[in-house]
Amino acid sequence: MLKNRIIPCLDVKNGRVVKGINFVDLKDAGDPVEQAKIYSDGGADEICFLDITASNENRDTIYEVVEKTSKKCFVPLTVGGGIRSIEDINKLLNCGADKVSINTAAVQNSKVVVDSSKKFGSQCIVVAIDAKQNGKGWEIFTHGGRNNTGLDAIEYAKKMEDCGAGELLVTSMDRDGTQVGYDIELMSKISSKVNIPVIASGGVGNLDHLVEGIKLGKASAVLAASIFHYGKHSIKEAKEYLDSKGIPVRI
Amino acid sequence: MNVTIVDYKSGNISSVINSFKEVAQNKVKIEVTSDLNKIKSSDKVVLPGQGSFKSCIDALNTINGLVETLNDFAIKNKKPLLGICVGLQMFADVGYEETETKGLGWIPGKVTKIDNQKGKYKLPHIGWNEINIMKDSKILKDIKDKSHMYFVHSYEFVPNDKNAILATTNYSSNHVCAVEIENIFGTQFHPEKSDKIGLKVIDNFINL
Repeated sequence: MLKNRIIPCLDVKNGRVVKGINFVDLKDAGDPVEQAKIYSDGGADEICFLDITASNENRDTIYEVVEKTSKKCFVPLTVGGGIRSIEDINKLLNCGADKVSINTAAVQNSKVVVDSSKKFGSQCIVVAIDAKQNGKGWEIFTHGGRNNTGLDAIEYAKKMEDCGAGELLVTSMDRDGTQVGYDIELMSKISSKVNIPVIASGGVGNLDHLVEGIKLGKASAVLAASIFHYGKHSIKEAKEYLDSKGIPVRI
Repeated sequence: MNVTIVDYKSGNISSVINSFKEVAQNKVKIEVTSDLNKIKSSDKVVLPGQGSFKSCIDALNTINGLVETLNDFAIKNKKPLLGICVGLQMFADVGYEETETKGLGWIPGKVTKIDNQKGKYKLPHIGWNEINIMKDSKILKDIKDKSHMYFVHSYEFVPNDKNAILATTNYSSNHVCAVEIENIFGTQFHPEKSDKIGLKVIDNFINL
């Protein structure tokens, strides 16, 4: 039986791990390579790096981090943040990333998703969707949550599947950094709409939130950051908890 | 001893390279090349594969003489070869991803899309799944039945001869995830991404 995945996400800025509250107020939580290794040794099903300021700044540091990590961690490594072109993707994959997550570039030009999934295979193309409630539904935001596109998140998710995305990483901008739980309605609506796996992200504050993301949000995988970074819970604890709730996990 | 990872410019092979180097340390030489002479003279060959069946076959055919060299290596000289993911799928006679495409024809059978039962199962089949070991094999030495391996694929290899099957995994139905015929081995899962247990498969191949 296929297991639900737990993915710790490390937000990386200038080669260091940070995690912000609603994308501001950054705190330093250590070296990404060491952190990733601790997570993979602890049973993380995948590792995710998000280069959070990459849209604006020099991002060569991330290549070095990816290269070092991929020589130490032998579970899938996804890297996102600031990916603009086929060339960026190629460079990250060559450094040892297994998947890339594309956000702003996919919104601006869906051809990037079409072309990259053809060139590298859908298996390594994750489309990251940052969505925020607008009263009627959810709208897509880009540039790390700064720009509102007015695009409907559910329709956009379907479109990305059609363009060749292998997975969708769905983040609720309303919940990110709040620790009050995933936006379950958003996750389940998107997951029901598409036939590719959905990774739920944004808002995890306790282990029950992970359970909800899978059971109610219908996510194939759950992504979380701060509950793991600051030692609140280990990956092992999270897996044992999910297992106790009847969710299939790799233990 | 040296092990050659065939670099035929199809998909991302850095993880395969990293994992083989990690296992080999300095005891075994790991070459990454499309140089036909180097492939011919190597002791073992690894054939990775990402993307579609068609794109991988096309990429193999782009390098003049590569298919013939691989045929000589695996079929004529019966030297050990490991196919990973689409690398395994290409052993088949034919694949149906994108369009009908002729495979290497080493293990009779076909590569077809996993039945998603009208959307009940999401595709690709991504993540960790248990393998059901059907028979003993050197390549699965010390790997316990029901071990977890990492998968990413939408197509499955259906061999004609069920004796070729080493292990299956269940997603929608039981499908083949490891094969062996004499000197030819293949895994649908990614040993290079399957943590310590995956590295053990690589270790087993290197130490065949």
